[in-house]
Amino acid sequence: MNRYENVVAHSGVEVVSSNKVLKNTYLLLSATLGFSAVMAVVSMVIGVPPIMYIASVIGALVLGIFVLPRTANSSKGIGVIFLITGLLGFGLGSILSLYLALPHGPQVIATAFAGTGIIFLGLSGYALTSKRDFSFMGGFIFAGLMVVVLAMIANLFLQMPALSLAVSGGIILLMSAFILFDTSRIVRGGETNYIMATYGLYLSIFNIFISLLQILGIMGGDE
Amino acid sequence: MEWMQILGLIAGIMMLFILWPAYKHWSANSPKAEKGDWQAAILPLAAVVGLVILLIMSVR
Repeated sequence: MNRYENVVAHSGVEVVSSNKVLKNTYLLLSATLGFSAVMAVVSMVIGVPPIMYIASVIGALVLGIFVLPRTANSSKGIGVIFLITGLLGFGLGSILSLYLALPHGPQVIATAFAGTGIIFLGLSGYALTSKRDFSFMGGFIFAGLMVVVLAMIANLFLQMPALSLAVSGGIILLMSAFILFDTSRIVRGGETNYIMATYGLYLSIFNIFISLLQILGIMGGDE
Repeated sequence: MEWMQILGLIAGIMMLFILWPAYKHWSANSPKAEKGDWQAAILPLAAVVGLVILLIMSVR
């Protein structure tokens, strides 16, 4: 009986702890997404050139590799995640300006935005309600991402539209798998740092949005 | 255009730099999939593919 009570108490503590991480992650995620949107609007108003997008991605990668893991356990981590997401939002603004100049640009942006929201909410809801452990996909997802990044690098020089479409499709699938993977890790207590959890989910949403924009831009007939 | 390629190459190499240790960690430490796990993962991913096709049709 005592043992049973210990098990119940222990799992109860874990559930409360993972619920807290989940709640904090979603709060921080909504705040960072809102901040990114504001920075994207600022960038569009200023009219920054498209090269700013790649520069901001590099800046965000540097912060994500070298600064965020060292500050994620302190309050400085919140500032760093806002810096990263603000930078990515600022870079995104230059891409959105390009799409807005196309005849069906606003429709493509709105569709990509709606699609990203549906994918994120649907997959998060599925991972939360199914309570399955999706961490078995870890090796598969990272191997797939490395293949996609190599294809992306190759396409910088090959400039093949079909390969570009395939890369974007691959990114959407892999980032969708990442949402399942990350959410199930948070729910099951595998990720206990809400700043790192937010960073993972934010990157998945950002990449899905960019890839959807590219696919809809090409398939919508606007090149 | 050359600058875009160079910056893209730097970004790609940095991504590989992040992904390699994560790949090594997860390929060594991922739990084995149990019966029905892959089905449970493929089902929502197939729904994503369906949604993307619908979105493409909506903008054509």
